[in-house]
Amino acid sequence: MTNLVKVCAVEDLQTNMGVGALVKGEQIALFKLANGDVFAIGNFDPFSEANVLSRGIVGDLKGHKVVASPIYKHHYKLDSGECLEDETVKVPAYQVVVKEGAVFVAVA
Amino acid sequence: MRIVMIGHGMVGHRFLENLSSKSTEQHEVIVLAEEARPAYDRVQLSAFFNGKTAEDLSLTPQDFFSNTGYGLQLNTRATHIDTIAKLVTTQNGDTIHYDKLVLATGSYPFVPPVVGNNREGCLVYRTIEDLEAIRDSALKSKVGVVVGGGLLGLEAAKALKDLGLETHVVEFAPRLMAVQVDDGGGKVLRKKIAELGVGIHTERNTVEITDGEKCLHVMKFSDGTSLETDMILFSAGIRPRDDIARNNGIAVGARGGIVVDNFCRTNAPDVYAIGECALWEGKIYGLVAPGYQMADVACTHILGGEDKEFLGADMSTKLKLLGVDVASIGDAHGVTAGSINYSYVDERTQTYKKIVVSADGKKLLGAVLIGDVEAYGDLLQLKLNDMDLPANPEGLILPSLEGSSKPLLGADALPMKAVICSCNNVSKQDLCNAIEGGVVDLSELKSCTKAATSCGGCAALVGQVLKCELTKRGVEVKKDICEHFAYSRQELYHLAKIGNIRTFDDLIAKHGKGDGCDICKPTTASIMSSLWNEHILKKPLAGLQDTNDYFLANMQKDGTYSIVPRIAGGEITPDGLITIGQVAKKYKLYTKITGGQRIDLFGARVEQLPVIWRELVDAGFESGHAYGKSLRTVKSCVGSTWCRYGVQDSVGFAIQLENRYRGLRSPHKIKFGVSGCTRECAEAQSKDVGVIATEKGWNLYVCGNGGMKPRHAELLASDLDSATLIKYVDRFLMFYVATADRLQRTSVWRDNLEGGLDYLKAVVIDDSLGLADELEMQMQFVVDTFACEWKEAINNPETLKRFRSFVNSDETDNNVVFVEERGQIRPATVSEKAGRIAVAEV
Ligand code: SRM
Ligand SMILES: Cc1cc2nc3c(=O)[nH]c(=O)nc-3n(C[C@H](O)[C@H](O)[C@H](O)COP(=O)(O)OP(=O)(O)OC[C@H]3O[C@@H](n4cnc5c(N)ncnc54)[C@H](O)[C@@H]3O)c2cc1C
Ligand code: SF4
Ligand code: FES
Repeated sequence: MTNLVKVCAVEDLQTNMGVGALVKGEQIALFKLANGDVFAIGNFDPFSEANVLSRGIVGDLKGHKVVASPIYKHHYKLDSGECLEDETVKVPAYQVVVKEGAVFVAVA
Repeated sequence: MRIVMIGHGMVGHRFLENLSSKSTEQHEVIVLAEEARPAYDRVQLSAFFNGKTAEDLSLTPQDFFSNTGYGLQLNTRATHIDTIAKLVTTQNGDTIHYDKLVLATGSYPFVPPVVGNNREGCLVYRTIEDLEAIRDSALKSKVGVVVGGGLLGLEAAKALKDLGLETHVVEFAPRLMAVQVDDGGGKVLRKKIAELGVGIHTERNTVEITDGEKCLHVMKFSDGTSLETDMILFSAGIRPRDDIARNNGIAVGARGGIVVDNFCRTNAPDVYAIGECALWEGKIYGLVAPGYQMADVACTHILGGEDKEFLGADMSTKLKLLGVDVASIGDAHGVTAGSINYSYVDERTQTYKKIVVSADGKKLLGAVLIGDVEAYGDLLQLKLNDMDLPANPEGLILPSLEGSSKPLLGADALPMKAVICSCNNVSKQDLCNAIEGGVVDLSELKSCTKAATSCGGCAALVGQVLKCELTKRGVEVKKDICEHFAYSRQELYHLAKIGNIRTFDDLIAKHGKGDGCDICKPTTASIMSSLWNEHILKKPLAGLQDTNDYFLANMQKDGTYSIVPRIAGGEITPDGLITIGQVAKKYKLYTKITGGQRIDLFGARVEQLPVIWRELVDAGFESGHAYGKSLRTVKSCVGSTWCRYGVQDSVGFAIQLENRYRGLRSPHKIKFGVSGCTRECAEAQSKDVGVIATEKGWNLYVCGNGGMKPRHAELLASDLDSATLIKYVDRFLMFYVATADRLQRTSVWRDNLEGGLDYLKAVVIDDSLGLADELEMQMQFVVDTFACEWKEAINNPETLKRFRSFVNSDETDNNVVFVEERGQIRPATVSEKAGRIAVAEV
């Protein structure tokens, strides 16, 4: 069963930047884009085996909104967690709901 | 029609590729291959020692055989041919009928018949298995000898050297590479290779190999001398593998090789031979390019075409052997009657160049180049296309003196039929056709024409043809930094400067498209800093920064950070040392002296950075910008204050320079060095800016580099007083900042600078562009607006908010685990983390 867990206030997020969050023991990377959309994917970068994705640069590549891992620069799609450089690699992607100024993330 | 091929080596595989792309109907093809794996790139074999795997070297895409429907039988040697019944028998006793048979059996390394040549550790260099055996044997050896100083022998010597062995080359002839190089060239080559620490023993004839005293073997030579060694690589030439022809009535030459005609046919009906096993007009070609031509000719003929013939091939070569550039073209020895030689020898740089010109002085017949092979492309084209030489052919090999311009050929001057890539037989016409068909970048051109995909010797020329043809067609050569901006870094710099643009959003709205990415955002951040020097964590700029700049620290492999306080010139007080020690101890950080004369503290978590920096700033330290593309360190030697040889105060000047240029953001990092005398203990000539004291002042060197591709800095000006030197450095650095590409060190920038050092001197010293005042003013602005980034960060609550692992929790990253080693922490390995309970956490 998935539950929506309240993580923080929207204003805790800075536009076009990421932050880390700890949700029910899972490390999550949250990103707010310029249009107000908020995305959540896993914070763990499988290539470097470190929790760093929240500290990557946000942008778009080939039509996808992505974050670049700060260690070896792999790009992950913000909506699905898929890695652009290696289609066999994927980090978890979480559903996000923004309600009354708060950010909720769906975790299992 | 059923085609059977014996041997699946480089040439055999090229034959199959030709066949599958050219034939209009489906033929049955059976390939009998003795080796355990499909064709691989033997030319690049040595790369196996640099970490390339057998898969990397493979020439055969995984689905090649399933796509073409051809059959490949590995580990299957053909043993017999019945040329009348048209049957081939394999080692398993299978017989296969053929309509056409292609022999592509290559050659084998010749091992001289010396007593003891089959002892342990006596090896050859031909297959992947050979290399595996060499690697295993090298592990047990200290000394290695290569028998044979030809092209392959020298390549093998390099491999032994790289494997860490004391290496020797034993050669029968009086010089190395006797086939390709003349006497004069041989001398220079020998000297260069000897300097690399490889023992060279020419005119040695090995008579016996027996038990050594210090090593496994001793090699005894006919002149009474001997050499001890643990392993021996024979590289004394190759012999064609013609036994299967010889034993079955197919004609072979007196000294071996399967005799073929211009269509690569043997004397047996419907049997062809191609590659290194074939003998054409008494010649065996031990290079892959002629083999590829044969593959093309034989394939065409088998499919019924008579329009292609093999008419001999060019044996010119350009190689890097043991790091020495060597090239040989055509009649290198000048044996053509009446030919005239021109040669140029520079003993200081150990360069040797010779051209052989026809009696009437009009045509180039051959050339030898050692040490400097820049002219190879031009010379080869002159030779291959039988072009007329310029009036003063010596200009082709003389270094260009100031004022005189080289009679350069350039891609444009070449005729369309000129073969640009001889490995793959790609002409200028082929390249132009591809470009006409819409190819606009080099990688595309390479993949669709195959040019420059084998030895790579033609890559520069292919690039020139592309550039030149695109320019002719009015296509601009792409320098776009990424998909969001159709501009180079230099162009963006100017757009931002002229348009007074101060944010990324503004820049992308006016000149780009999309949201940006991890290439254009940090580039913009760097440009904004060079131009306006605002704090890099100010709101609109912060999101553009790489994580290192964003957290003002260097991210390490486990996601923690390192901290590098500035220690200008490497000078630090005992109290400073104590403070750093105390901070490191308090926060349990790993400490190390860096290669840049300062101290790095590793293992800080994001949320610890501000607290640690608070202590460092309070003690008077400031950011060392180890995280930025900016000035790193100014390395110094102790200089005249203490050193008995010093002629100037190098430490004092280094500190002055470091404090002036600290914080300057640039296309890539910048390093300085200041030495107190010509002994150069600060290694200033390996730095972007190097300063060396003289009796009268300072010599200024620029554009040096250590790192991946070291480059010595060049002397820009001599005997300067401090003020003039600073003026020149201001101009130099700002000119670099304004015109370099993203992530281009000064060394690479300089190598791409049209006009070279003279141009740079003109801009910096003579102010030929009239920019000097502006460049100086801009630098002064950056100097005047300097502020320590960490000091500002820890005093700004907005910025401080970002230094936390989680927005919703004060917990720390539980994947960051340290263990202790040599009295300090280090990141735990994955297996150590898995057994976390067992390790002592610190
Ligand atoms: C810490 C240090 C090694 C050490 O323990 O001594 C180091 C560490 C790194 N070097 Fe270095 N380099 C260090 C001195 C050097 C030197 C020696 C010197 O400066 O005299 C060189 C060769 C000189 C030169 O640059 O010309 C050097 C040539 C490189 C290069 C190759 C640059 C090149 O042009 O080829 C890279 C890669 C790059 O920049 O693209 C690099 C990159 C790096 C990075 C940034 C790699 C990375 O992205 O993680 C390392 C991270 C530093 C950190 O976490 O603090 N480092 N690096 C040295 C820090 C010096 C300092 O006090 O700031
Ligand atoms: C280390 C090294 C570096 C080199 N560097 C260069 C270079 O820089 N430039 C250059 O142009 N050339 C270079 N060469 C030479 C180049 O590799 C050869 O010219 C090329 O491989 C010849 O191709 P081939 O198909 O004729 O022979 P090979 O590639 O040798 O293929 C022949 C194949 O046939 C198999 N075979 C033989 N007999 C039988 C049989 N009876 N039944 C079944 N299979 C059989 C063999 O096992 C082998 O796999 C280099 C060679 C080596 C070893
Ligand atoms: S040499 Fe390589 S491993 Fe060592 S510090 Fe520099 S970048 Fe890191
Ligand atoms: S000449 Fe060897 S790859 Fe082109």
